[in-house]
Amino acid sequence: MANWIPLWLHKLSSPPAFYRFAGALRPWAITLALLLGLVALYGGLVLAPPDYQQGDDYRIIFIHVPCAWMSLFIYGVMGVAAFIALVWRIKLAEVVAMASAPIGACFTFITLVTGSLWGERMWGTWWTWDARLTSELVLLFLYLGVIGLYHSFEDRRQGARTAAFLALIGIVNVPIVHFSVNWWNTLHQGSTIRLLGPSSIAPSMIWPLLTMMAATKLYYVASLFGRTRTDLLALESGKDWVRQIAETEGRA
Amino acid sequence: MSPSLHAFFAMGGYAAYVWPAYGVFFAVLLIDWLAPQFRRRRLLRELRGRLARQEARKERTVTPSPLRGEGWGEGPRLP
Repeated sequence: MANWIPLWLHKLSSPPAFYRFAGALRPWAITLALLLGLVALYGGLVLAPPDYQQGDDYRIIFIHVPCAWMSLFIYGVMGVAAFIALVWRIKLAEVVAMASAPIGACFTFITLVTGSLWGERMWGTWWTWDARLTSELVLLFLYLGVIGLYHSFEDRRQGARTAAFLALIGIVNVPIVHFSVNWWNTLHQGSTIRLLGPSSIAPSMIWPLLTMMAATKLYYVASLFGRTRTDLLALESGKDWVRQIAETEGRA
Repeated sequence: MSPSLHAFFAMGGYAAYVWPAYGVFFAVLLIDWLAPQFRRRRLLRELRGRLARQEARKERTVTPSPLRGEGWGEGPRLP
Protein backbone atom coordinates (compact mmCIF):
# COMPACT_ATOMS: atom_id res chain seq x y z
CA MET A 1 0.00 0.00 0.00
CA ALA A 2 1.17 3.48 -0.76
CA ASN A 3 2.94 5.08 2.12
CA TRP A 4 1.01 8.31 2.11
CA ILE A 5 -2.34 6.71 2.97
CA PRO A 6 -1.47 5.67 6.55
CA LEU A 7 0.42 8.94 6.94
CA TRP A 8 -2.61 10.92 5.84
CA LEU A 9 -4.86 8.90 8.16
CA HIS A 10 -2.48 9.47 11.02
CA LYS A 11 -2.48 13.21 10.45
CA LEU A 12 -6.26 13.27 10.08
CA SER A 13 -6.74 11.56 13.42
CA SER A 14 -5.31 14.57 15.25
CA PRO A 15 -8.23 16.54 16.71
CA PRO A 16 -7.55 19.96 15.08
CA ALA A 17 -6.98 18.35 11.66
CA PHE A 18 -10.17 16.32 11.89
CA TYR A 19 -12.07 19.35 13.16
CA ARG A 20 -11.13 21.28 10.01
CA PHE A 21 -11.67 18.29 7.71
CA ALA A 22 -15.14 17.61 9.14
CA GLY A 23 -16.01 21.29 9.00
CA ALA A 24 -15.14 21.43 5.30
CA LEU A 25 -17.08 18.27 4.34
CA ARG A 26 -20.16 18.74 6.51
CA PRO A 27 -21.95 21.41 4.42
CA TRP A 28 -21.54 19.28 1.28
CA ALA A 29 -22.80 16.15 3.00
CA ILE A 30 -25.94 17.81 4.37
CA THR A 31 -26.71 19.62 1.11
CA LEU A 32 -26.38 16.43 -0.90
CA ALA A 33 -28.40 14.53 1.71
CA LEU A 34 -31.25 17.05 1.48
CA LEU A 35 -31.22 17.04 -2.34
CA LEU A 36 -31.19 13.26 -2.61
CA GLY A 37 -33.80 13.04 0.16
CA LEU A 38 -36.15 15.36 -1.76
CA VAL A 39 -35.66 13.39 -4.99
CA ALA A 40 -36.31 10.13 -3.12
CA LEU A 41 -39.44 11.56 -1.48
CA TYR A 42 -40.78 12.70 -4.84
CA GLY A 43 -40.02 9.32 -6.36
CA GLY A 44 -41.50 7.40 -3.45
CA LEU A 45 -44.56 9.47 -2.65
CA VAL A 46 -45.55 10.74 -6.10
CA LEU A 47 -43.98 8.75 -8.95
CA ALA A 48 -44.05 5.20 -7.59
CA PRO A 49 -47.39 3.44 -8.17
CA PRO A 50 -49.46 2.06 -5.27
CA ASP A 51 -48.66 -1.50 -4.28
CA TYR A 52 -51.03 -4.12 -5.69
CA GLN A 53 -51.64 -5.60 -2.24
CA GLN A 54 -50.93 -2.82 0.23
CA GLY A 55 -52.19 0.23 -1.69
CA ASP A 56 -50.50 3.44 -0.61
CA ASP A 57 -49.63 2.17 2.88
CA TYR A 58 -46.47 0.51 1.58
CA ARG A 59 -44.99 4.01 1.00
CA ILE A 60 -43.76 3.85 4.59
CA ILE A 61 -41.08 1.52 3.15
CA PHE A 62 -39.18 4.51 1.72
CA ILE A 63 -38.23 5.66 5.21
CA HIS A 64 -38.64 2.45 7.21
CA VAL A 65 -36.13 0.35 5.28
CA PRO A 66 -33.39 3.01 4.84
CA CYS A 67 -33.63 3.83 8.56
CA ALA A 68 -33.43 0.13 9.44
CA TRP A 69 -30.32 -0.21 7.30
CA MET A 70 -28.84 2.85 8.98
CA SER A 71 -29.59 1.46 12.43
CA LEU A 72 -27.36 -1.52 11.62
CA PHE A 73 -24.77 0.39 9.59
CA ILE A 74 -24.20 2.96 12.33
CA TYR A 75 -23.87 0.19 14.89
CA GLY A 76 -21.20 -1.35 12.67
CA VAL A 77 -19.31 1.95 12.46
CA MET A 78 -19.66 2.40 16.21
CA GLY A 79 -18.36 -1.13 16.78
CA VAL A 80 -15.29 -0.59 14.57
CA ALA A 81 -14.56 2.78 16.19
CA ALA A 82 -15.02 1.22 19.63
CA PHE A 83 -12.57 -1.54 18.73
CA ILE A 84 -9.98 0.99 17.54
CA ALA A 85 -10.56 3.09 20.65
CA LEU A 86 -10.00 0.11 22.95
CA VAL A 87 -6.99 -1.34 21.15
CA TRP A 88 -5.07 1.76 20.05
CA ARG A 89 -6.63 4.32 22.41
CA ILE A 90 -7.07 6.87 19.66
CA LYS A 91 -9.04 9.81 20.99
CA LEU A 92 -10.82 10.44 17.70
CA ALA A 93 -12.08 6.84 17.59
CA GLU A 94 -13.61 7.26 21.06
CA VAL A 95 -15.32 10.45 19.96
CA VAL A 96 -16.63 8.91 16.72
CA ALA A 97 -17.99 5.87 18.58
CA MET A 98 -19.74 7.99 21.20
CA ALA A 99 -21.09 10.49 18.64
CA SER A 100 -22.53 7.65 16.55
CA ALA A 101 -24.64 6.24 19.38
CA PRO A 102 -27.32 8.98 19.53
CA ILE A 103 -27.66 9.09 15.73
CA GLY A 104 -28.02 5.32 15.61
CA ALA A 105 -30.58 5.48 18.40
CA CYS A 106 -32.57 8.04 16.38
CA PHE A 107 -32.64 5.81 13.30
CA THR A 108 -33.55 2.75 15.35
CA PHE A 109 -36.37 4.67 17.01
CA ILE A 110 -37.71 5.82 13.61
CA THR A 111 -37.49 2.22 12.33
CA LEU A 112 -39.53 0.92 15.27
CA VAL A 113 -42.18 3.67 15.10
CA THR A 114 -42.65 3.56 11.32
CA GLY A 115 -42.69 -0.24 11.42
CA SER A 116 -45.34 -0.09 14.10
CA LEU A 117 -47.48 2.29 12.02
CA TRP A 118 -47.07 -0.01 9.04
CA GLY A 119 -47.77 -3.19 10.98
CA GLU A 120 -50.97 -1.90 12.51
CA ARG A 121 -52.76 -1.94 9.17
CA MET A 122 -50.96 -4.82 7.50
CA TRP A 123 -50.66 -7.27 10.38
CA GLY A 124 -53.41 -5.85 12.57
CA THR A 125 -51.05 -5.15 15.47
CA TRP A 126 -48.75 -2.33 16.60
CA TRP A 127 -46.29 -4.71 18.14
CA THR A 128 -45.51 -8.38 18.29
CA TRP A 129 -42.61 -10.22 19.94
CA ASP A 130 -41.30 -11.52 16.67
CA ALA A 131 -37.57 -12.12 16.19
CA ARG A 132 -36.97 -9.14 13.88
CA LEU A 133 -38.91 -6.66 16.01
CA THR A 134 -37.46 -7.90 19.28
CA SER A 135 -33.86 -7.84 18.07
CA GLU A 136 -34.36 -4.31 16.70
CA LEU A 137 -35.71 -3.26 20.10
CA VAL A 138 -32.63 -4.81 21.72
CA LEU A 139 -30.56 -2.72 19.30
CA LEU A 140 -32.28 0.44 20.59
CA PHE A 141 -31.55 -0.61 24.19
CA LEU A 142 -27.91 -1.24 23.29
CA TYR A 143 -27.62 2.26 21.84
CA LEU A 144 -29.30 3.74 24.93
CA GLY A 145 -27.03 1.64 27.15
CA VAL A 146 -23.93 2.97 25.40
CA ILE A 147 -25.17 6.58 25.73
CA GLY A 148 -26.09 6.08 29.38
CA LEU A 149 -22.83 4.39 30.32
CA TYR A 150 -20.81 7.08 28.56
CA HIS A 151 -22.54 9.85 30.49
CA SER A 152 -22.37 8.08 33.85
CA PHE A 153 -18.62 8.72 34.18
CA GLU A 154 -17.14 11.97 35.41
CA ASP A 155 -14.11 11.46 33.17
CA ARG A 156 -15.20 11.56 29.54
CA ARG A 157 -12.45 9.34 28.19
CA GLN A 158 -12.95 6.73 30.88
CA GLY A 159 -16.67 6.78 30.09
CA ALA A 160 -16.01 6.46 26.36
CA ARG A 161 -13.78 3.43 26.84
CA THR A 162 -16.23 1.68 29.14
CA ALA A 163 -19.14 2.39 26.79
CA ALA A 164 -16.99 1.24 23.84
CA PHE A 165 -16.66 -2.10 25.59
CA LEU A 166 -20.44 -2.45 25.79
CA ALA A 167 -20.75 -1.39 22.14
CA LEU A 168 -18.29 -4.09 21.17
CA ILE A 169 -20.14 -6.84 23.05
CA GLY A 170 -23.46 -5.70 21.60
CA ILE A 171 -22.24 -6.14 18.05
CA VAL A 172 -23.36 -9.79 18.18
CA ASN A 173 -26.89 -8.41 17.91
CA VAL A 174 -26.24 -6.93 14.44
CA PRO A 175 -26.20 -10.25 12.52
CA ILE A 176 -29.12 -11.41 14.66
CA VAL A 177 -31.21 -8.44 13.46
CA HIS A 178 -30.11 -8.95 9.88
CA PHE A 179 -30.68 -12.69 9.63
CA SER A 180 -33.64 -12.94 12.01
CA VAL A 181 -36.09 -13.12 9.10
CA ASN A 182 -34.23 -16.15 7.72
CA TRP A 183 -33.40 -17.92 10.98
CA TRP A 184 -36.84 -17.76 12.53
CA ASN A 185 -40.35 -17.86 11.27
CA THR A 186 -41.26 -14.22 11.60
CA LEU A 187 -44.31 -12.12 10.92
CA HIS A 188 -41.89 -9.60 9.46
CA GLN A 189 -41.35 -10.18 5.77
CA GLY A 190 -38.01 -11.31 4.39
CA SER A 191 -35.66 -8.98 2.53
CA THR A 192 -36.85 -7.73 -0.82
CA ILE A 193 -33.56 -6.09 -1.78
CA ARG A 194 -30.70 -8.44 -2.45
CA LEU A 195 -27.16 -7.55 -3.29
CA LEU A 196 -26.69 -10.91 -4.97
CA GLY A 197 -29.48 -12.11 -7.18
CA PRO A 198 -32.67 -10.43 -8.32
CA SER A 199 -34.63 -8.23 -5.92
CA SER A 200 -38.35 -8.87 -5.62
CA ILE A 201 -39.37 -5.25 -6.02
CA ALA A 202 -40.30 -3.12 -9.04
CA PRO A 203 -37.67 -0.70 -10.44
CA SER A 204 -40.04 2.26 -9.91
CA MET A 205 -40.03 1.43 -6.19
CA ILE A 206 -36.41 0.41 -5.84
CA TRP A 207 -34.73 3.61 -7.02
CA PRO A 208 -36.42 5.91 -4.47
CA LEU A 209 -35.48 3.36 -1.82
CA LEU A 210 -31.82 3.32 -2.84
CA THR A 211 -31.74 7.12 -3.22
CA MET A 212 -33.14 7.48 0.29
CA MET A 213 -30.49 5.06 1.49
CA ALA A 214 -27.79 7.31 0.03
CA ALA A 215 -29.47 10.37 1.57
CA THR A 216 -29.57 8.82 5.05
CA LYS A 217 -25.92 7.75 4.76
CA LEU A 218 -24.91 11.31 3.86
CA TYR A 219 -27.08 12.66 6.66
CA TYR A 220 -25.25 10.36 9.06
CA VAL A 221 -21.89 11.71 7.86
CA ALA A 222 -23.06 15.30 8.32
CA SER A 223 -24.59 14.67 11.74
CA LEU A 224 -21.61 12.61 12.90
CA PHE A 225 -19.17 15.33 11.84
CA GLY A 226 -21.20 17.99 13.62
CA ARG A 227 -21.30 16.00 16.85
CA THR A 228 -17.64 15.03 16.56
CA ARG A 229 -16.58 18.66 16.12
CA THR A 230 -18.48 19.70 19.23
CA ASP A 231 -17.14 16.78 21.25
CA LEU A 232 -13.56 17.52 20.18
CA LEU A 233 -13.95 21.14 21.30
CA ALA A 234 -15.24 19.98 24.68
CA LEU A 235 -12.55 17.34 25.09
CA GLU A 236 -9.66 19.65 24.14
CA SER A 237 -11.04 22.82 25.72
CA GLY A 238 -7.69 23.66 27.32
CA LYS A 239 -5.74 23.53 24.07
CA ASP A 240 -4.62 26.48 21.97
CA TRP A 241 -6.47 25.52 18.80
CA VAL A 242 -9.78 25.43 20.68
CA ARG A 243 -8.99 28.79 22.29
CA GLN A 244 -8.47 30.29 18.86
CA ILE A 245 -11.79 28.93 17.60
CA ALA A 246 -13.61 30.20 20.68
CA GLU A 247 -12.12 33.67 20.20
CA THR A 248 -12.71 33.98 16.44
CA GLU A 249 -16.24 32.58 16.53
CA GLY A 250 -17.05 34.88 19.43
CA ARG A 251 -16.36 37.98 17.36
CA ALA A 252 -18.05 36.65 14.25
CA MET B 1 -57.63 21.86 -3.36
CA SER B 2 -57.33 20.14 -6.70
CA PRO B 3 -58.52 16.50 -6.87
CA SER B 4 -55.06 15.10 -7.58
CA LEU B 5 -53.54 16.95 -4.65
CA HIS B 6 -56.40 15.77 -2.48
CA ALA B 7 -55.76 12.19 -3.55
CA PHE B 8 -52.09 12.66 -2.75
CA PHE B 9 -52.80 13.75 0.82
CA ALA B 10 -55.44 11.05 1.27
CA MET B 11 -52.83 8.33 0.48
CA GLY B 12 -55.52 5.90 -0.63
CA GLY B 13 -57.09 5.95 2.83
CA TYR B 14 -53.79 5.36 4.64
CA ALA B 15 -53.10 9.04 5.39
CA ALA B 16 -53.32 8.39 9.15
CA TYR B 17 -50.42 5.92 8.87
CA VAL B 18 -48.21 7.24 6.10
CA TRP B 19 -48.03 10.90 7.18
CA PRO B 20 -47.31 10.27 10.88
CA ALA B 21 -44.50 7.90 9.78
CA TYR B 22 -42.94 10.64 7.67
CA GLY B 23 -43.59 13.17 10.45
CA VAL B 24 -41.69 11.06 12.98
CA PHE B 25 -38.83 10.65 10.50
CA PHE B 26 -38.40 14.40 10.03
CA ALA B 27 -39.07 15.37 13.65
CA VAL B 28 -36.52 12.92 15.08
CA LEU B 29 -33.82 13.84 12.57
CA LEU B 30 -34.46 17.55 13.15
CA ILE B 31 -33.92 17.06 16.88
CA ASP B 32 -30.78 15.03 16.15
CA TRP B 33 -29.54 17.90 13.98
CA LEU B 34 -30.35 20.79 16.30
CA ALA B 35 -29.37 19.36 19.69
CA PRO B 36 -25.59 19.33 19.01
CA GLN B 37 -25.81 22.81 17.38
CA PHE B 38 -27.18 24.24 20.63
CA ARG B 39 -24.63 22.31 22.67
CA ARG B 40 -21.84 23.70 20.50
CA ARG B 41 -23.03 27.27 20.96
CA ARG B 42 -23.30 26.84 24.73
CA LEU B 43 -19.85 25.26 24.87
CA LEU B 44 -18.22 28.10 22.95
CA ARG B 45 -19.95 30.67 25.17
CA GLU B 46 -18.62 28.91 28.28
CA LEU B 47 -15.15 28.71 26.76
CA ARG B 48 -15.12 32.43 26.02
CA GLY B 49 -16.28 33.16 29.56
CA ARG B 50 -13.48 31.02 30.97
CA LEU B 51 -10.90 32.68 28.72
CA ALA B 52 -12.09 36.15 29.74
CA ARG B 53 -11.84 35.23 33.43
CA GLN B 54 -8.33 33.82 32.94
CA GLU B 55 -7.33 36.97 31.10
CA ALA B 56 -8.68 39.17 33.89
CA ARG B 57 -6.91 37.14 36.54
CA LYS B 58 -3.63 37.30 34.65
CA GLU B 59 -3.83 41.06 34.44
CA ARG B 60 -4.46 41.36 38.15
CA THR B 61 -1.67 39.04 39.27
CA VAL B 62 1.09 39.33 36.69
CA THR B 63 1.08 43.10 36.16
CA PRO B 64 0.01 44.79 39.37
CA SER B 65 -0.91 48.39 38.75
CA PRO B 66 1.75 50.73 40.12
CA LEU B 67 -0.83 53.51 40.36
CA ARG B 68 -2.95 51.68 42.86
CA GLY B 69 0.08 50.59 44.83
CA GLU B 70 -1.21 47.05 45.18
CA GLY B 71 1.01 44.03 45.49
CA TRP B 72 0.80 40.52 44.09
CA GLY B 73 -2.20 38.38 44.68
CA GLU B 74 -4.56 41.20 45.50
CA GLY B 75 -8.11 41.22 44.41
CA PRO B 76 -10.82 38.63 44.75
CA ARG B 77 -9.79 35.03 44.67
CA LEU B 78 -11.16 33.15 41.72
CA PRO B 79 -11.80 29.46 41.66
